[in-house]
Amino acid sequence: MEKYDIVIIGGGPAGLAAAVSARESGIGSVLVLERDKELGGILNQCIHNGFGLHTFREELTGPEYAGRFIEKAEELGIACKLDTMVLEISPGKIVTAVNREDGLFELQAKAVILAMGCRERARGALNIPGFRPAGIYSAGTAQKLVNMEGFLPGREAVILGSGDIGLIMARRMTLEGATVKAVAELMPYSGGLKRNIVQCLEDFGIPLKLSHTVIDIKGKERLEGVTLAEVDGRGKPVPGTEEYYPCDTLLLSVGLIPENEISGKMGVELNPVTAGPKVNESFETNIKGVFACGNVLHVHDLVDFVSEEAAAAGKNAAAYVKRESAEDTAEKDVWDAAGREVPVKPGEGVKYTVPERINAAHMGEKLTLRFRVDGVYRDCYVSVWFDGERVIRRKRQAVAPGEMEGILLDRELLLRYPGLDAIRVAIEPG
Amino acid sequence: MEIKKLICINCPMGCPLTVEMEESKVIRVSGNTCKRGEDYARREVTAPARTVATTVKVVNGKAGRVSVKTREDIPKEKVLACVKALKDVQMEAPVCIGDLVAADIAGTGVDVVATGNVGEL
Ligand SMILES: Cc1cc2nc3c(=O)[nH]c(=O)nc-3n(C[C@H](O)[C@H](O)[C@H](O)COP(=O)(O)OP(=O)(O)OC[C@H]3O[C@@H](n4cnc5c(N)ncnc54)[C@H](O)[C@@H]3O)c2cc1C
Ligand code: SF4
Repeated sequence: MEKYDIVIIGGGPAGLAAAVSARESGIGSVLVLERDKELGGILNQCIHNGFGLHTFREELTGPEYAGRFIEKAEELGIACKLDTMVLEISPGKIVTAVNREDGLFELQAKAVILAMGCRERARGALNIPGFRPAGIYSAGTAQKLVNMEGFLPGREAVILGSGDIGLIMARRMTLEGATVKAVAELMPYSGGLKRNIVQCLEDFGIPLKLSHTVIDIKGKERLEGVTLAEVDGRGKPVPGTEEYYPCDTLLLSVGLIPENEISGKMGVELNPVTAGPKVNESFETNIKGVFACGNVLHVHDLVDFVSEEAAAAGKNAAAYVKRESAEDTAEKDVWDAAGREVPVKPGEGVKYTVPERINAAHMGEKLTLRFRVDGVYRDCYVSVWFDGERVIRRKRQAVAPGEMEGILLDRELLLRYPGLDAIRVAIEPG
Repeated sequence: MEIKKLICINCPMGCPLTVEMEESKVIRVSGNTCKRGEDYARREVTAPARTVATTVKVVNGKAGRVSVKTREDIPKEKVLACVKALKDVQMEAPVCIGDLVAADIAGTGVDVVATGNVGEL
Protein backbone atom coordinates (compact mmCIF):
# COMPACT_ATOMS: atom_id res chain seq x y z
CA MET A 1 0.00 0.00 0.00
CA GLU A 2 1.31 3.44 -0.92
CA LYS A 3 2.00 5.74 2.02
CA TYR A 4 1.67 9.50 2.28
CA ASP A 5 2.18 11.92 5.13
CA ILE A 6 -0.89 13.97 4.26
CA VAL A 7 -3.78 12.97 1.99
CA ILE A 8 -6.23 15.73 1.07
CA ILE A 9 -9.72 14.81 -0.08
CA GLY A 10 -10.95 17.37 -2.63
CA GLY A 11 -9.02 19.72 -4.94
CA GLY A 12 -11.16 22.86 -4.64
CA PRO A 13 -9.85 26.07 -3.11
CA ALA A 14 -9.82 24.50 0.37
CA GLY A 15 -7.89 21.38 -0.68
CA LEU A 16 -5.42 23.41 -2.73
CA ALA A 17 -4.71 25.99 -0.02
CA ALA A 18 -4.30 23.22 2.54
CA ALA A 19 -1.88 21.36 0.24
CA VAL A 20 0.20 24.47 -0.47
CA SER A 21 0.38 25.34 3.21
CA ALA A 22 1.31 21.78 4.27
CA ARG A 23 4.04 21.70 1.64
CA GLU A 24 5.34 25.11 2.70
CA SER A 25 5.40 23.86 6.29
CA GLY A 26 7.97 21.29 5.22
CA ILE A 27 5.95 18.18 4.42
CA GLY A 28 7.08 16.63 1.12
CA SER A 29 4.67 13.77 0.90
CA VAL A 30 1.31 15.41 0.17
CA LEU A 31 -1.35 14.00 -2.15
CA VAL A 32 -4.56 15.66 -3.36
CA LEU A 33 -7.41 13.40 -4.52
CA GLU A 34 -10.03 15.05 -6.75
CA ARG A 35 -13.01 13.35 -8.37
CA ASP A 36 -13.37 15.96 -11.14
CA LYS A 37 -11.21 16.11 -14.27
CA GLU A 38 -9.67 19.38 -13.17
CA LEU A 39 -8.65 21.15 -9.96
CA GLY A 40 -10.43 24.25 -8.67
CA GLY A 41 -13.70 22.84 -7.39
CA ILE A 42 -16.85 24.86 -7.69
CA LEU A 43 -14.89 28.02 -8.56
CA ASN A 44 -14.53 26.85 -12.15
CA GLN A 45 -18.18 27.59 -12.75
CA CYS A 46 -18.21 30.90 -10.82
CA ILE A 47 -17.10 33.16 -13.66
CA HIS A 48 -18.20 36.43 -12.03
CA ASN A 49 -15.69 38.68 -10.34
CA GLY A 50 -15.39 39.49 -6.68
CA PHE A 51 -13.06 36.79 -5.42
CA GLY A 52 -9.76 37.31 -3.69
CA LEU A 53 -9.98 40.89 -2.52
CA HIS A 54 -8.70 39.82 0.91
CA THR A 55 -6.16 37.27 -0.29
CA PHE A 56 -4.66 38.97 -3.36
CA ARG A 57 -5.78 42.61 -2.90
CA GLU A 58 -7.41 42.52 -6.32
CA GLU A 59 -10.72 41.39 -7.63
CA LEU A 60 -10.57 38.11 -9.52
CA THR A 61 -13.12 35.82 -11.13
CA GLY A 62 -13.58 32.29 -9.75
CA PRO A 63 -11.41 30.53 -12.37
CA GLU A 64 -8.66 33.14 -11.95
CA TYR A 65 -8.70 32.72 -8.18
CA ALA A 66 -8.50 28.94 -8.51
CA GLY A 67 -5.79 29.40 -11.16
CA ARG A 68 -3.51 31.17 -8.67
CA PHE A 69 -3.64 28.23 -6.28
CA ILE A 70 -3.34 25.60 -9.01
CA GLU A 71 -0.19 27.34 -10.28
CA LYS A 72 1.23 27.49 -6.79
CA ALA A 73 0.53 23.80 -6.22
CA GLU A 74 2.23 22.96 -9.54
CA GLU A 75 5.26 25.09 -8.66
CA LEU A 76 5.62 23.22 -5.40
CA GLY A 77 5.31 19.89 -7.19
CA ILE A 78 2.32 18.74 -5.16
CA ALA A 79 1.02 15.35 -6.31
CA CYS A 80 -2.61 15.24 -7.46
CA LYS A 81 -4.76 12.41 -8.71
CA LEU A 82 -7.65 13.68 -10.83
CA ASP A 83 -10.78 11.76 -11.86
CA THR A 84 -10.33 9.98 -8.54
CA MET A 85 -13.24 9.44 -6.23
CA VAL A 86 -12.62 8.77 -2.55
CA LEU A 87 -15.08 6.17 -1.32
CA GLU A 88 -14.09 5.58 2.25
CA ILE A 89 -11.61 6.45 4.95
CA SER A 90 -11.00 4.13 7.88
CA PRO A 91 -10.48 5.53 11.39
CA GLY A 92 -6.89 4.28 10.98
CA LYS A 93 -6.57 6.67 7.99
CA ILE A 94 -6.57 4.12 5.18
CA VAL A 95 -8.10 5.94 2.23
CA THR A 96 -10.02 3.86 -0.35
CA ALA A 97 -10.46 5.49 -3.75
CA VAL A 98 -11.20 4.55 -7.33
CA ASN A 99 -10.16 5.80 -10.76
CA ARG A 100 -9.83 4.42 -14.31
CA GLU A 101 -6.06 4.03 -14.21
CA ASP A 102 -5.52 2.36 -10.85
CA GLY A 103 -8.97 0.84 -10.34
CA LEU A 104 -9.87 0.48 -6.68
CA PHE A 105 -6.88 1.27 -4.47
CA GLU A 106 -5.90 2.01 -0.89
CA LEU A 107 -3.50 4.53 0.59
CA GLN A 108 -2.16 4.86 4.12
CA ALA A 109 -2.08 8.46 5.39
CA LYS A 110 -0.56 9.84 8.57
CA ALA A 111 -2.94 12.78 8.46
CA VAL A 112 -6.08 13.40 6.40
CA ILE A 113 -7.54 16.78 5.46
CA LEU A 114 -11.23 16.73 4.55
CA ALA A 115 -11.94 19.34 1.85
CA MET A 116 -14.90 17.88 -0.06
CA GLY A 117 -16.89 21.10 -0.24
CA CYS A 118 -20.67 21.08 -0.27
CA ARG A 119 -23.57 20.34 -2.55
CA GLU A 120 -26.85 22.09 -3.11
CA ARG A 121 -29.92 21.33 -1.15
CA ALA A 122 -32.55 20.37 -3.66
CA ARG A 123 -34.96 17.78 -2.43
CA GLY A 124 -37.59 18.93 -0.01
CA ALA A 125 -37.10 22.53 -1.13
CA LEU A 126 -40.27 22.46 -3.16
CA ASN A 127 -42.75 21.46 -0.55
CA ILE A 128 -45.63 21.13 -2.98
CA PRO A 129 -47.49 18.17 -4.38
CA GLY A 130 -47.93 17.47 -8.08
CA PHE A 131 -45.81 17.11 -11.16
CA ARG A 132 -42.16 17.99 -11.59
CA PRO A 133 -42.11 19.22 -15.17
CA ALA A 134 -38.90 19.92 -17.09
CA GLY A 135 -37.48 23.38 -16.44
CA ILE A 136 -36.77 23.08 -12.71
CA TYR A 137 -33.07 23.27 -11.89
CA SER A 138 -30.92 23.91 -8.88
CA ALA A 139 -29.16 27.28 -9.27
CA GLY A 140 -25.75 25.59 -9.25
CA THR A 141 -26.75 23.20 -12.04
CA ALA A 142 -28.02 26.15 -14.07
CA GLN A 143 -24.73 27.96 -13.37
CA LYS A 144 -22.84 25.00 -14.77
CA LEU A 145 -25.08 24.77 -17.84
CA VAL A 146 -24.77 28.46 -18.68
CA ASN A 147 -21.12 29.01 -17.81
CA MET A 148 -19.53 25.71 -18.79
CA GLU A 149 -21.79 24.48 -21.59
CA GLY A 150 -23.06 27.81 -22.90
CA PHE A 151 -26.61 26.51 -22.64
CA LEU A 152 -29.37 28.83 -21.44
CA PRO A 153 -31.97 26.67 -19.67
CA GLY A 154 -34.94 28.97 -20.48
CA ARG A 155 -36.23 32.38 -21.53
CA GLU A 156 -38.39 33.36 -18.57
CA ALA A 157 -37.35 32.43 -15.06
CA VAL A 158 -38.42 32.66 -11.45
CA ILE A 159 -35.86 31.96 -8.74
CA LEU A 160 -36.79 30.46 -5.39
CA GLY A 161 -34.32 31.31 -2.64
CA SER A 162 -32.05 34.32 -2.40
CA GLY A 163 -28.74 32.58 -1.69
CA ASP A 164 -25.74 34.02 -3.51
CA ILE A 165 -25.82 31.48 -6.30
CA GLY A 166 -29.45 32.34 -7.03
CA LEU A 167 -28.65 36.08 -7.08
CA ILE A 168 -25.62 35.60 -9.30
CA MET A 169 -27.72 33.46 -11.65
CA ALA A 170 -30.45 36.10 -11.83
CA ARG A 171 -27.88 38.46 -13.34
CA ARG A 172 -26.27 35.79 -15.48
CA MET A 173 -29.56 34.70 -17.05
CA THR A 174 -30.51 38.35 -17.66
CA LEU A 175 -27.20 39.05 -19.39
CA GLU A 176 -27.74 36.00 -21.57
CA GLY A 177 -31.08 37.39 -22.71
CA ALA A 178 -33.57 35.71 -20.39
CA THR A 179 -36.14 37.59 -18.31
CA VAL A 180 -35.97 36.93 -14.59
CA LYS A 181 -39.37 37.82 -13.23
CA ALA A 182 -38.78 37.56 -9.51
CA VAL A 183 -36.65 36.11 -6.77
CA ALA A 184 -38.79 34.71 -3.95
CA GLU A 185 -37.32 34.25 -0.48
CA LEU A 186 -39.16 32.40 2.27
CA MET A 187 -37.41 34.31 5.06
CA PRO A 188 -37.97 38.01 5.80
CA TYR A 189 -34.28 38.65 4.87
CA SER A 190 -32.05 37.59 2.01
CA GLY A 191 -29.67 34.68 2.38
CA GLY A 192 -27.11 36.33 0.10
CA LEU A 193 -24.57 39.13 0.30
CA LYS A 194 -25.87 42.71 0.14
CA ARG A 195 -23.57 43.52 -2.75
CA ASN A 196 -25.15 40.76 -4.79
CA ILE A 197 -28.63 42.13 -4.18
CA VAL A 198 -27.45 45.51 -5.48
CA GLN A 199 -25.46 44.40 -8.50
CA CYS A 200 -27.47 41.33 -9.50
CA LEU A 201 -31.08 42.34 -8.79
CA GLU A 202 -31.37 46.11 -8.37
CA ASP A 203 -29.14 46.81 -11.37
CA PHE A 204 -31.63 44.96 -13.57
CA GLY A 205 -34.84 45.86 -11.77
CA ILE A 206 -35.51 42.28 -10.69
CA PRO A 207 -37.90 42.25 -7.70
CA LEU A 208 -36.83 40.46 -4.51
CA LYS A 209 -39.95 39.18 -2.80
CA LEU A 210 -39.11 38.53 0.85
CA SER A 211 -41.40 36.27 2.91
CA HIS A 212 -42.66 34.63 -0.29
CA THR A 213 -42.63 31.10 -1.58
CA VAL A 214 -43.79 28.97 -4.50
CA ILE A 215 -47.14 27.37 -3.69
CA ASP A 216 -48.08 25.92 -7.07
CA ILE A 217 -46.45 24.77 -10.28
CA LYS A 218 -48.20 24.70 -13.62
CA GLY A 219 -47.21 22.46 -16.53
CA LYS A 220 -46.92 18.70 -17.04
CA GLU A 221 -44.13 18.14 -19.57
CA ARG A 222 -42.55 21.57 -19.46
CA LEU A 223 -42.96 24.21 -16.79
CA GLU A 224 -45.54 26.84 -17.76
CA GLY A 225 -45.67 29.01 -14.66
CA VAL A 226 -45.51 29.21 -10.88
CA THR A 227 -47.72 30.79 -8.24
CA LEU A 228 -46.02 32.78 -5.50
CA ALA A 229 -47.64 33.73 -2.22
CA GLU A 230 -46.66 35.66 0.85
CA VAL A 231 -46.01 33.62 3.99
CA ASP A 232 -46.76 34.51 7.58
CA GLY A 233 -44.36 34.34 10.53
CA ARG A 234 -44.64 30.55 10.65
CA GLY A 235 -44.04 30.01 6.96
CA LYS A 236 -47.73 29.43 6.10
CA PRO A 237 -49.02 30.99 2.85
CA VAL A 238 -51.36 33.94 3.42
CA PRO A 239 -54.65 33.46 1.47
CA GLY A 240 -55.35 36.20 -1.04
CA THR A 241 -51.68 37.02 -1.72
CA GLU A 242 -51.26 34.52 -4.58
CA GLU A 243 -49.69 35.83 -7.78
CA TYR A 244 -49.18 33.79 -10.96
CA TYR A 245 -45.96 34.17 -12.98
CA PRO A 246 -45.78 32.56 -16.41
CA CYS A 247 -42.25 31.11 -16.82
CA ASP A 248 -40.43 28.16 -18.41
CA THR A 249 -37.70 27.91 -15.78
CA LEU A 250 -37.62 27.71 -12.00
CA LEU A 251 -34.25 27.86 -10.27
CA LEU A 252 -33.87 26.64 -6.70
CA SER A 253 -31.27 28.39 -4.59
CA VAL A 254 -32.20 27.16 -1.18
CA GLY A 255 -28.85 26.60 0.43
CA LEU A 256 -25.85 24.37 0.50
CA ILE A 257 -25.05 21.39 2.63
CA PRO A 258 -21.55 20.09 3.48
CA GLU A 259 -20.66 16.81 1.81
CA ASN A 260 -19.92 14.64 4.85
CA GLU A 261 -21.04 11.09 4.04
CA ILE A 262 -17.42 9.89 4.12
CA SER A 263 -16.61 11.81 7.30
CA GLY A 264 -19.68 10.49 9.08
CA LYS A 265 -18.89 6.88 8.15
CA MET A 266 -15.35 7.14 9.46
CA GLY A 267 -16.67 8.30 12.83
CA VAL A 268 -16.09 12.04 12.60
CA GLU A 269 -18.52 13.84 14.90
CA LEU A 270 -20.74 16.29 13.06
CA ASN A 271 -22.42 19.45 14.28
CA PRO A 272 -26.16 19.18 13.51
CA VAL A 273 -26.37 22.95 12.83
CA THR A 274 -23.56 23.21 10.27
CA ALA A 275 -23.74 19.57 9.09
CA GLY A 276 -19.95 19.82 9.18
CA PRO A 277 -17.37 18.24 11.52
CA LYS A 278 -16.91 19.57 15.03
CA VAL A 279 -13.36 20.91 15.16
CA ASN A 280 -10.96 22.41 17.67
CA GLU A 281 -8.68 25.45 17.30
CA SER A 282 -6.41 23.45 14.96
CA PHE A 283 -9.34 22.49 12.67
CA GLU A 284 -8.86 18.94 13.90
CA THR A 285 -11.91 16.72 14.27
CA ASN A 286 -12.58 14.32 17.13
CA ILE A 287 -10.31 11.81 15.32
CA LYS A 288 -6.68 12.81 15.89
CA GLY A 289 -4.87 13.66 12.68
CA VAL A 290 -8.08 14.21 10.71
CA PHE A 291 -8.62 17.88 9.82
CA ALA A 292 -11.40 19.70 7.97
CA CYS A 293 -11.63 23.03 6.15
CA GLY A 294 -13.67 24.94 3.60
CA ASN A 295 -17.26 24.24 2.74
CA VAL A 296 -17.14 20.70 4.10
CA LEU A 297 -16.63 22.26 7.54
CA HIS A 298 -19.27 24.99 7.26
CA VAL A 299 -20.72 26.75 4.25
CA HIS A 300 -18.75 29.88 3.35
CA ASP A 301 -19.89 32.81 1.26
CA LEU A 302 -16.34 34.09 0.75
CA VAL A 303 -13.68 31.95 -0.78
CA ASP A 304 -11.02 34.15 0.87
CA PHE A 305 -12.05 32.82 4.26
CA VAL A 306 -11.95 29.29 2.84
CA SER A 307 -8.33 29.78 1.80
CA GLU A 308 -7.40 31.28 5.15
CA GLU A 309 -9.01 28.45 7.09
CA ALA A 310 -7.50 25.81 4.79
CA ALA A 311 -4.01 27.26 5.10
CA ALA A 312 -4.31 26.97 8.89
CA ALA A 313 -5.57 23.37 8.61
CA GLY A 314 -2.67 22.49 6.30
CA LYS A 315 -0.13 24.00 8.65
CA ASN A 316 -1.62 22.24 11.67
CA ALA A 317 -1.72 18.91 9.84
CA ALA A 318 1.97 19.36 8.94
CA ALA A 319 2.83 20.06 12.58
CA TYR A 320 0.85 16.96 13.62
CA VAL A 321 2.74 14.76 11.16
CA LYS A 322 6.08 16.10 12.37
CA ARG A 323 5.21 15.50 16.02
CA GLU A 324 3.87 12.01 15.39
CA SER A 325 6.77 10.96 13.14
CA ALA A 326 9.59 12.23 15.32
CA GLU A 327 11.68 9.51 16.94
CA ASP A 328 12.11 11.62 20.00
CA THR A 329 8.62 11.82 21.48
CA ALA A 330 9.45 14.78 23.74
CA GLU A 331 7.66 17.35 21.62
CA LYS A 332 4.60 15.17 21.18
CA ASP A 333 4.45 14.47 24.92
CA VAL A 334 4.64 18.15 25.76
CA TRP A 335 1.93 18.93 23.19
CA ASP A 336 -0.39 16.20 24.36
CA ALA A 337 -0.07 17.29 27.99
CA ALA A 338 -0.41 21.03 27.39
CA GLY A 339 -3.57 22.86 28.33
CA ARG A 340 -7.10 21.57 27.85
CA GLU A 341 -9.97 22.18 25.49
CA VAL A 342 -12.58 24.74 26.45
CA PRO A 343 -15.96 24.55 24.67
CA VAL A 344 -17.16 27.52 22.62
CA LYS A 345 -20.94 27.97 22.83
CA PRO A 346 -23.27 29.92 20.62
CA GLY A 347 -25.09 32.45 22.82
CA GLU A 348 -28.04 34.74 22.12
CA GLY A 349 -28.44 35.45 18.40
CA VAL A 350 -25.65 33.09 17.31
CA LYS A 351 -26.39 29.89 15.39
CA TYR A 352 -23.01 28.17 15.59
CA THR A 353 -19.30 28.80 15.98
CA VAL A 354 -16.24 27.29 14.31
CA PRO A 355 -14.17 26.08 16.07
CA GLU A 356 -16.25 24.77 18.92
CA ARG A 357 -13.38 23.81 21.22
CA ILE A 358 -10.26 25.81 21.94
CA ASN A 359 -7.09 24.75 23.68
CA ALA A 360 -5.21 27.99 24.26
CA ALA A 361 -1.94 26.08 24.60
CA HIS A 362 -2.38 24.76 21.04
CA MET A 363 -3.55 27.89 19.29
CA GLY A 364 -1.52 30.49 17.44
CA GLU A 365 -1.16 34.01 18.72
CA LYS A 366 -4.55 34.90 17.26
CA LEU A 367 -7.55 32.89 16.11
CA THR A 368 -10.61 34.08 14.22
CA LEU A 369 -13.73 32.60 15.71
CA ARG A 370 -16.23 32.32 12.84
CA PHE A 371 -19.98 32.23 13.35
CA ARG A 372 -23.34 32.98 11.84
CA VAL A 373 -26.20 34.91 13.42
CA ASP A 374 -29.83 33.73 13.49
CA GLY A 375 -31.49 36.92 12.23
CA VAL A 376 -30.87 40.49 11.11
CA TYR A 377 -29.64 42.76 13.93
CA ARG A 378 -28.84 46.48 13.57
CA ASP A 379 -26.58 48.64 15.72
CA CYS A 380 -25.64 45.71 17.89
CA TYR A 381 -22.59 44.36 19.64
CA VAL A 382 -20.76 41.10 19.16
CA SER A 383 -19.70 40.01 22.62
CA VAL A 384 -17.47 37.26 23.87
CA TRP A 385 -18.03 35.98 27.38
CA PHE A 386 -15.54 33.95 29.42
CA ASP A 387 -17.91 32.25 31.86
CA GLY A 388 -19.72 35.15 33.56
CA GLU A 389 -17.39 37.90 32.36
CA ARG A 390 -17.70 39.82 29.13
CA VAL A 391 -14.17 40.14 27.74
CA ILE A 392 -14.82 41.47 24.21
CA ARG A 393 -17.51 43.80 22.93
CA ARG A 394 -17.42 45.04 19.33
CA LYS A 395 -19.90 47.36 17.66
CA ARG A 396 -21.51 46.25 14.36
CA GLN A 397 -23.75 48.38 12.17
CA ALA A 398 -25.61 45.32 10.97
CA VAL A 399 -25.24 41.56 10.99
CA ALA A 400 -27.27 39.09 8.91
CA PRO A 401 -27.48 35.31 8.53
CA GLY A 402 -26.27 35.53 4.92
CA GLU A 403 -22.89 36.90 5.94
CA MET A 404 -20.42 34.94 7.98
CA GLU A 405 -19.07 36.88 10.94
CA GLY A 406 -15.79 36.61 12.75
CA ILE A 407 -14.19 37.85 15.92
CA LEU A 408 -10.52 37.75 16.76
CA LEU A 409 -9.37 35.97 19.93
CA ASP A 410 -5.95 36.55 21.47
CA ARG A 411 -4.09 33.66 23.01
CA GLU A 412 -2.73 36.04 25.64
CA LEU A 413 -6.25 36.85 26.76
CA LEU A 414 -7.22 33.19 26.99
CA LEU A 415 -4.10 32.30 28.93
CA ARG A 416 -5.13 34.80 31.59
CA TYR A 417 -8.17 32.60 32.40
CA PRO A 418 -6.71 29.18 33.28
CA GLY A 419 -9.86 27.99 35.06
CA LEU A 420 -12.19 28.84 32.17
CA ASP A 421 -15.18 26.51 31.69
CA ALA A 422 -16.82 27.93 28.58
CA ILE A 423 -16.49 30.64 25.97
CA ARG A 424 -19.72 32.16 24.70
CA VAL A 425 -20.33 34.40 21.68
CA ALA A 426 -23.52 36.47 21.68
CA ILE A 427 -25.21 39.32 19.86
CA GLU A 428 -26.27 42.08 22.22
CA PRO A 429 -28.50 45.07 21.48
CA GLY A 430 -26.89 48.51 21.21
CA MET B 1 -29.53 69.00 0.32
CA GLU B 2 -30.25 65.57 -1.05
CA ILE B 3 -29.30 62.34 0.73
CA LYS B 4 -28.71 59.09 -1.13
CA LYS B 5 -28.31 55.71 0.54
CA LEU B 6 -26.13 53.14 -1.21
CA ILE B 7 -24.53 49.79 -0.49
CA CYS B 8 -20.86 49.64 -1.43
CA ILE B 9 -20.36 46.72 -3.81
CA ASN B 10 -16.59 46.89 -3.91
CA CYS B 11 -16.07 44.09 -1.49
CA PRO B 12 -18.23 41.58 0.32
CA MET B 13 -18.43 43.72 3.48
CA GLY B 14 -21.18 45.66 1.71
CA CYS B 15 -20.89 48.81 3.83
CA PRO B 16 -24.02 51.00 3.95
CA LEU B 17 -23.05 54.38 2.50
CA THR B 18 -24.72 57.75 2.91
CA VAL B 19 -24.02 60.34 0.24
CA GLU B 20 -24.87 63.97 0.90
CA MET B 21 -25.42 65.89 -2.32
CA GLU B 22 -25.98 69.54 -3.18
CA GLU B 23 -27.12 70.36 -6.72
CA SER B 24 -25.86 66.98 -7.98
CA LYS B 25 -22.45 67.55 -6.39
CA VAL B 26 -21.20 65.17 -3.71
CA ILE B 27 -20.59 67.02 -0.42
CA ARG B 28 -19.85 64.16 1.92
CA VAL B 29 -19.74 60.35 1.98
CA SER B 30 -20.09 58.45 5.25
CA GLY B 31 -20.52 54.84 6.33
CA ASN B 32 -17.58 53.54 4.32
CA THR B 33 -14.90 51.45 6.01
CA CYS B 34 -12.19 52.23 3.49
CA LYS B 35 -11.30 54.70 0.74
CA ARG B 36 -12.68 52.46 -2.00
CA GLY B 37 -16.13 52.98 -0.55
CA GLU B 38 -15.92 56.74 -0.94
CA ASP B 39 -14.65 56.42 -4.52
CA TYR B 40 -17.46 54.01 -5.28
CA ALA B 41 -20.12 56.35 -3.87
CA ARG B 42 -18.83 59.34 -5.83
CA ARG B 43 -18.88 57.36 -9.04
CA GLU B 44 -22.13 55.54 -8.41
CA VAL B 45 -24.13 58.77 -8.06
CA THR B 46 -22.54 60.35 -11.15
CA ALA B 47 -21.37 57.64 -13.57
CA PRO B 48 -22.08 54.11 -12.33
CA ALA B 49 -19.81 51.40 -13.77
CA ARG B 50 -19.51 47.60 -13.52
CA THR B 51 -17.14 44.82 -14.42
CA VAL B 52 -18.77 42.38 -16.84
CA ALA B 53 -18.06 38.64 -16.71
CA THR B 54 -19.39 36.23 -19.30
CA THR B 55 -18.14 33.45 -21.61
CA VAL B 56 -17.19 33.17 -25.28
CA LYS B 57 -17.02 30.25 -27.68
CA VAL B 58 -13.74 28.35 -28.15
CA VAL B 59 -12.90 26.27 -31.21
CA ASN B 60 -10.55 23.28 -31.22
CA GLY B 61 -10.37 23.32 -27.43
CA LYS B 62 -10.79 20.77 -24.64
CA ALA B 63 -13.78 22.85 -23.55
CA GLY B 64 -16.27 24.63 -25.77
CA ARG B 65 -16.27 27.91 -23.86
CA VAL B 66 -13.96 30.08 -21.83
CA SER B 67 -14.82 32.65 -19.18
CA VAL B 68 -13.89 36.28 -19.86
CA LYS B 69 -14.18 39.69 -18.18
CA THR B 70 -13.75 43.37 -18.93
CA ARG B 71 -10.31 44.40 -17.69
CA GLU B 72 -11.88 47.37 -15.92
CA ASP B 73 -15.35 48.58 -15.07
CA ILE B 74 -17.42 49.87 -17.98
CA PRO B 75 -20.37 52.30 -17.83
CA LYS B 76 -23.41 50.50 -16.46
CA GLU B 77 -25.56 51.34 -19.47
CA LYS B 78 -23.03 49.56 -21.72
CA VAL B 79 -23.22 46.23 -19.87
CA LEU B 80 -25.83 44.60 -22.10
CA ALA B 81 -24.18 45.92 -25.28
CA CYS B 82 -20.89 44.43 -24.12
CA VAL B 83 -22.39 40.97 -23.55
CA LYS B 84 -24.14 41.18 -26.91
CA ALA B 85 -20.94 42.12 -28.74
CA LEU B 86 -19.20 39.11 -27.20
CA LYS B 87 -21.83 36.70 -28.50
CA ASP B 88 -20.15 36.66 -31.92
CA VAL B 89 -16.58 36.41 -30.64
CA GLN B 90 -14.74 33.12 -31.05
CA MET B 91 -11.37 32.14 -29.61
CA GLU B 92 -8.99 29.55 -31.02
CA ALA B 93 -7.52 27.14 -28.42
CA PRO B 94 -5.21 27.24 -26.58
CA VAL B 95 -6.54 30.10 -24.47
CA CYS B 96 -4.73 31.28 -21.34
CA ILE B 97 -5.78 33.51 -18.45
CA GLY B 98 -5.10 37.12 -19.47
CA ASP B 99 -5.31 36.56 -23.27
CA LEU B 100 -6.95 39.41 -25.17
CA VAL B 101 -10.44 38.44 -26.31
CA ALA B 102 -11.72 41.73 -27.73
CA ALA B 103 -10.26 45.23 -27.73
CA ASP B 104 -12.31 48.34 -26.97
CA ILE B 105 -15.54 46.45 -26.33
CA ALA B 106 -18.75 48.24 -27.33
CA GLY B 107 -16.88 51.50 -27.73
CA THR B 108 -15.99 51.72 -24.04
CA GLY B 109 -12.23 51.82 -24.57
CA VAL B 110 -11.93 48.80 -22.27
CA ASP B 111 -10.49 45.43 -23.34
CA VAL B 112 -11.98 42.03 -22.62
CA VAL B 113 -9.59 39.31 -21.42
CA ALA B 114 -9.84 35.57 -20.77
CA THR B 115 -10.19 34.47 -17.14
CA GLY B 116 -9.82 30.75 -17.76
CA ASN B 117 -7.47 28.31 -19.48
CA VAL B 118 -8.58 26.01 -22.30
CA GLY B 119 -6.04 23.56 -23.73
CA GLU B 120 -5.86 22.49 -27.37
CA LEU B 121 -7.76 19.39 -28.38
C1 LIG C 1 -23.00 25.48 -6.97
C2 LIG C 1 -22.19 26.42 -6.13
C3 LIG C 1 -21.94 27.73 -6.56
C4 LIG C 1 -21.21 28.63 -5.78
N1 LIG C 1 -21.07 29.90 -6.20
C5 LIG C 1 -20.36 30.77 -5.45
C6 LIG C 1 -20.19 32.09 -5.85
O1 LIG C 1 -20.75 32.47 -6.88
N2 LIG C 1 -19.42 32.94 -5.11
C7 LIG C 1 -18.80 32.52 -3.96
O2 LIG C 1 -18.08 33.30 -3.32
N3 LIG C 1 -18.98 31.28 -3.53
C8 LIG C 1 -19.74 30.40 -4.25
N4 LIG C 1 -19.93 29.15 -3.79
C9 LIG C 1 -19.27 28.81 -2.54
C10 LIG C 1 -17.91 28.17 -2.87
O3 LIG C 1 -18.18 26.82 -2.98
C11 LIG C 1 -16.82 28.35 -1.83
O4 LIG C 1 -16.44 29.67 -1.71
C12 LIG C 1 -15.55 27.55 -2.15
O5 LIG C 1 -15.51 27.15 -3.48
C13 LIG C 1 -15.47 26.37 -1.26
O6 LIG C 1 -14.27 25.69 -1.50
P1 LIG C 1 -14.10 24.19 -1.10
O7 LIG C 1 -12.75 23.80 -1.59
O8 LIG C 1 -14.41 24.02 0.33
O9 LIG C 1 -15.24 23.41 -1.90
P2 LIG C 1 -15.40 23.08 -3.45
O10 LIG C 1 -15.00 24.20 -4.31
O11 LIG C 1 -16.77 22.56 -3.59
O12 LIG C 1 -14.36 21.91 -3.70
C14 LIG C 1 -14.54 20.61 -3.18
C15 LIG C 1 -13.86 19.64 -4.12
O13 LIG C 1 -13.86 18.34 -3.54
C16 LIG C 1 -14.15 17.39 -4.53
N5 LIG C 1 -14.71 16.20 -3.88
C17 LIG C 1 -15.84 16.10 -3.14
N6 LIG C 1 -16.03 14.85 -2.71
C18 LIG C 1 -15.00 14.12 -3.18
C19 LIG C 1 -14.63 12.74 -3.08
N7 LIG C 1 -15.36 11.86 -2.39
N8 LIG C 1 -13.48 12.33 -3.69
C20 LIG C 1 -12.71 13.21 -4.39
N9 LIG C 1 -13.02 14.52 -4.51
C21 LIG C 1 -14.14 14.97 -3.92
C22 LIG C 1 -15.13 18.10 -5.45
O14 LIG C 1 -15.15 17.53 -6.73
C23 LIG C 1 -14.58 19.52 -5.45
O15 LIG C 1 -13.67 19.76 -6.50
C24 LIG C 1 -20.66 28.22 -4.55
C25 LIG C 1 -20.89 26.91 -4.12
C26 LIG C 1 -21.65 26.02 -4.87
C27 LIG C 1 -21.90 24.63 -4.36
S1 SF4 D 1 -16.28 50.70 1.90
FE1 SF4 D 1 -14.44 49.46 1.69
S2 SF4 D 1 -14.77 47.84 3.23
FE2 SF4 D 1 -16.78 48.78 2.88
S3 SF4 D 1 -17.72 47.50 1.26
FE3 SF4 D 1 -16.68 49.22 0.27
S4 SF4 D 1 -14.67 48.40 -0.28
FE4 SF4 D 1 -15.53 47.06 1.26
